[in-house]
Amino acid sequence: MLDNLIKKTKKCDKPITKKRDIPDGIFYQCPKCKKSIYKLDLRQGAGVCPHCNYYYPVSPKNRINITVDKGSFRELDVNVTSVNPLDFPEYEDKIETYKYKTEQNEAVITGRAKIEGRNIIIAVMDSRFMMGSMGSAVGEKITRAIEYATVHKLPLIIFTASGGARMQEGILSLMQMAKTSSALAKHDDAGLLYVVVLTDPTTGGVTASFAMLGDIILAEEGALIGFAGRRVIEQTLKQKLPQDFQSAEFLLDHGMIDSVVKRDEIRTVLDRILRLHSKEDKK
Amino acid sequence: MSQTIERIETIYKAISELSKLEQNDEIVKTIARLRSILIHLEKKAQKEYCVWDRIQLARHIDRPRAQYYIDRIVEDFIEIHGDRSFSDDRAIIGGIGKIGKHTVTIIAQNKGNNAKENVERNFGMPHPEGYRKALRLMKQAEKFNRPVVCLIDTPGAYCGIGAEERGQGEAIARNIMEMSRLKVPIISGIIGEGGSGGALALGVADRFFMQENTTYSILSPEGFASILWKDSKRAEEAAEKMRMTAKDLLGFEIIDHIIGEPTGGAHKDPQQAAHKVKKYLIEQLDILETKNIEKLVQLRYERFRKYGEFGMAT
Repeated sequence: MLDNLIKKTKKCDKPITKKRDIPDGIFYQCPKCKKSIYKLDLRQGAGVCPHCNYYYPVSPKNRINITVDKGSFRELDVNVTSVNPLDFPEYEDKIETYKYKTEQNEAVITGRAKIEGRNIIIAVMDSRFMMGSMGSAVGEKITRAIEYATVHKLPLIIFTASGGARMQEGILSLMQMAKTSSALAKHDDAGLLYVVVLTDPTTGGVTASFAMLGDIILAEEGALIGFAGRRVIEQTLKQKLPQDFQSAEFLLDHGMIDSVVKRDEIRTVLDRILRLHSKEDKK
Repeated sequence: MSQTIERIETIYKAISELSKLEQNDEIVKTIARLRSILIHLEKKAQKEYCVWDRIQLARHIDRPRAQYYIDRIVEDFIEIHGDRSFSDDRAIIGGIGKIGKHTVTIIAQNKGNNAKENVERNFGMPHPEGYRKALRLMKQAEKFNRPVVCLIDTPGAYCGIGAEERGQGEAIARNIMEMSRLKVPIISGIIGEGGSGGALALGVADRFFMQENTTYSILSPEGFASILWKDSKRAEEAAEKMRMTAKDLLGFEIIDHIIGEPTGGAHKDPQQAAHKVKKYLIEQLDILETKNIEKLVQLRYERFRKYGEFGMAT
C-alpha cells in the first residue's frame, strides 16, 4: 500500500525525463541519497533535498516564483519560437516535443518583475528544453530583454542554464553569442547593472557570451560551469579530470565568479545587490 | 570528388620528384605540359567540389598561414607579445604594421605547416591569454586610432584544464563584447578554418571576408556528428548539413565577400593568394577610413543584431 505512495525515479536515457522539475506524488525518492522526501518539504525548500542537499533542476516558472515578488512577473515576447533555418532533419519535431513537455515556447522565459519592490528585467533559461541550447529564438528573446532593460534603464538579471549553442541552427546559433553580447555592451554603456546567476549546467556558447559578462556573477551551489564539456576535455587530454573540476566552487577558487550562493538565499543576495546599486536609496 | 583531388595531388608530387632526378629540355617541357593538364583537371574538379573537399583544402597542411600573409602583406611589421597577466600565446600573432598607406593592428591565429610548428602554435587553438592579448591590442589600436585586421584560422579555442581555469569562456565573451563597441574600423577574415567561438572571438567586425576554400561553423563537423549522433565518423554527412562554406555564409549575409583562390587552393600559389587578400584589405581600409566612427559602430551593432531566424507561435 505504502509503496504506491512512493514514486521512484525511473532511469531513462531521454534528457527530458531526466531533467525533470520538482516531481509530482506525495513522496519522492531522492536520486542522490535515495531517501524519501515529503513533496511539500521539497517545494518549500525550492527543490533541494532536505537530507543530502541535492538540487533538483527548477523550471523557469518556479525559479521566478522563488525569486521575484509575488504576482509581479509580466512575461515578455512569449510567442517568439524557433524555425528551421537550415532545414535540419527532425528539428521541427524535436521543438514540438519539447514545447509539449515543458509547456513553453522556448528554452528561456523573459519578463519584467520586482524584487522587494524594485523593478528588474529577468531572463531564466530552462535546461529541460533541448538542454537549454541557444538558437535564434533564445538569442532573440534574451537580446530583446537586454534592450528593454537598456531603454527603460532597468537592472538585468539572467539565470543561465545551457548546454551551449544549438547545433541544429548551425552558424546562426554562433551569431547569437555576438548578438546578445553586443546588446549587453549597450546596457553596460548606459551604466546599468547586470547580474548573472549561473545555474546547473552552464557551458559552451552561453558561457562564452552573456553568462560571463555580468557586473556581478553569482553561481548556484554545486552548479557545473565551463566552456568545453568535461567529456571533450577528457578525450583531448586522455586523462580523468578531478571531481570538482568546473564546479561553481572551482570557478570561485580560480577568480572567475564573485560568489557561490545557496538556492534559498539567491533572492536575498539579489535584493542586497539591487539595493546597493539603487539610485533612490542614495538620496 | 575527393578521390580525384587526391589523385591529382599524388601526380603533382610525383612530377616534382621527377624534376629532381634529372633536368633537361625534354623533361622540363614534358613537366610543363603535364602541369597544364593537371591544372585543367583541377579546374574541372573544383567546379564539383563538395563541402568535404573544401574542408580538406581549408585544413591543408601546406595552406599559407597568417605568418605568410603578414610577411607578404604588411610592411614595417612589429610583433607585439603577451597579455600582460599570464603569458604569450603563440597561437595568436599580434602586431602593428602598414598595409598600403594604412597603419593597422594585425591580430592573427596561426597554425603550423608541419608538426614542429603546430606544437609551437598549438595547432592554432588559442588559450584565454591569446584572446586577452588580442583584446589588449584592440584597445591599443583604439587609443591610437588605427584599424584592426583579424585573420582567423583555428579549429576552435583550446579545450584543456588550464584554459578552463583561466576562463576560456570569459575571454571569448569579453572579446566579442568589446569588439562590438570598439571605436576603430575592424576587418576580419577567414584564411583556413573558422571554428566556433574561438573564431568569433576575433570576428565581430565591420567587414568580414572568407577565402574561397575556407569554412566557418558552430563546431567541427566531427564534433557536430559526435554531439548529435554520438558518432564522429559521420563528419562528412554532418558537413553537408552544416552549411559551412564561404558560399553558404555569404547566403546568410554573415560575410560580405569571398576572396578567390588560385586553382587547387591557396597553397598552390600562395603569392597569388596573398596578393588577392592584400587587394581586398586595401580597398576596404580605403573605404572604412572615410566613415564616421560612431556611425560605423552603430552599423556594426545592427549587423549582428539582425542575425537569426525565428517565428511567432500562435
